[in-house]
Amino acid sequence: MKKIILSAMLATFMFGSAYAETVRMGTEGAYPPYNFINDNGEVDGFERDVGDLLCARANLDCVWVINEWDSIIPNLVSGNYDTIIAGMSITAERDEVIDFTQEYFPPSPSVFMALSGADVDVDSGVIAAQTSTIQAGYVAESGATLVEYATPEETIAAVQNGEADAVLADGDYLFPIIDESGGDFAAIGEVSIGGGIGMGIRESDGALKAKMNAAIDTMKADGSLNTLIKKWFGKDANTF
Amino acid sequence: MFEYCSDPKSLEGLIWLSCYVTTPKHMSFYGSFLVVMGLLALAAPLAMLFGFIGAIASRSSKSLVRFFGKGYLAMIRGIPDIVFFLFIPIALDQAFEYLRHKILCPEVIEPIRQGNDFVVCTAAKLPLSAASEWVHDLYGFSLALLAFGFVFGAFTGNVLFGAMAAVPKSQLETGEAFGFSPRQVFRRILIPQMWIYALPGLSNLWMILIKATPLLFLLGIEDIVYWARELGGIKTGVYDYPHPDWRAWYFGVLMIFYLLLTYISQIVLDRLSNKLSIGQATLAGKAI
Repeated sequence: MKKIILSAMLATFMFGSAYAETVRMGTEGAYPPYNFINDNGEVDGFERDVGDLLCARANLDCVWVINEWDSIIPNLVSGNYDTIIAGMSITAERDEVIDFTQEYFPPSPSVFMALSGADVDVDSGVIAAQTSTIQAGYVAESGATLVEYATPEETIAAVQNGEADAVLADGDYLFPIIDESGGDFAAIGEVSIGGGIGMGIRESDGALKAKMNAAIDTMKADGSLNTLIKKWFGKDANTF
Repeated sequence: MFEYCSDPKSLEGLIWLSCYVTTPKHMSFYGSFLVVMGLLALAAPLAMLFGFIGAIASRSSKSLVRFFGKGYLAMIRGIPDIVFFLFIPIALDQAFEYLRHKILCPEVIEPIRQGNDFVVCTAAKLPLSAASEWVHDLYGFSLALLAFGFVFGAFTGNVLFGAMAAVPKSQLETGEAFGFSPRQVFRRILIPQMWIYALPGLSNLWMILIKATPLLFLLGIEDIVYWARELGGIKTGVYDYPHPDWRAWYFGVLMIFYLLLTYISQIVLDRLSNKLSIGQATLAGKAI
């Protein structure tokens, strides 16, 4: 019996390898316009477009997986999915645990956002940031009081409710919120922290990293990456 | 869903709302209520099974069996639930993949643990990377279900152990005097009599189980809490249906759902208690 099951399993394995390799793309799905879940319940955003195009070029069969931000690195290294494509800046700290592909999005400034008219000192006030982000790291070292939240939305709500004086996050995430708040929110400062955004890959997975790097090269070379950056982040966005 | 919803940005008022609450994303939200009910429907019998085994093992006359039975009850009850909820699915998943790797890919010589990485061969992945999404969902759900059964089984086991001990010994002895074998005494006298003693404890556990279902969210399963938070959060113009922070409304719906669930449970449990009390030598039994 065992042998039958075993050979059946082996057969499915052999059969499966005839197709393109399946790569599971892990993302947060809560950080528009980088990645979010649209009203059809599907992963959408800049990274969805980039990821799909990369997979097509690298001849990989990609499926999208949602994972909360807090455990996104542990679940990559334990093999629940194969890449992190979730607006994750390349930092030396993260690079010790996982590997990154080259940048597919250039460095862009982080922004402090507060209620309009509030008098906030970003170096000594209470600043909200999402857990385990470069922004949280920055606030922790700045002398301000850091309050961390699991999702980006909760950091906005914290400012709205007065739990925090301001929030520090990527400008690309905050600007649409400021624009549509009807004057409730205002940007009160900018800082440049962190490098560009790359795709996180397990350190033991050098083959996939090489494939993705090659695919990003082709996208940079023919300008399709810049087109997507402009589509999602506006004409004035930094490009390659 | 409706035809008039094709251009959401032009809609207003109730029509907008009717389109908003019927988006595919909201359908996933409604579907997740079924996931919670499914978990309850499966976790309760599973916990009962684990509990029964634990209770019987703790009463065993063989010291080794008794040791394992009591050990199970004491260990789970003594460690925070949340630790077990996080430990069991991760540990089981890695144990399964480790075993499959050893059996299916004996030719791979690289170690499974490479630095931080847990690497098994493609064929050993559980579920396979190429498996469809519902297989992954079902697998995650099953691991969560096992965790619920395991943790609540220990509490159930302790309740059943106490209930078995509460059945008057003279009744068991009477059974023996009539020539019942130990097995018959257990099945025909002990088990039918113990339920009324177990019921208050079991009904408590059922209520706690209902209220513990949002832990699914912690295990990465897209349950009602996940969707309420996701749908209620502030939505900018990048979405079809922009709206401000509506989380309070969504969590309000969850509160009503849970309150209804516990209210109906309480009515059913009260009836069951009355029924089981009939003919018992207890105050409730005599009062009827």
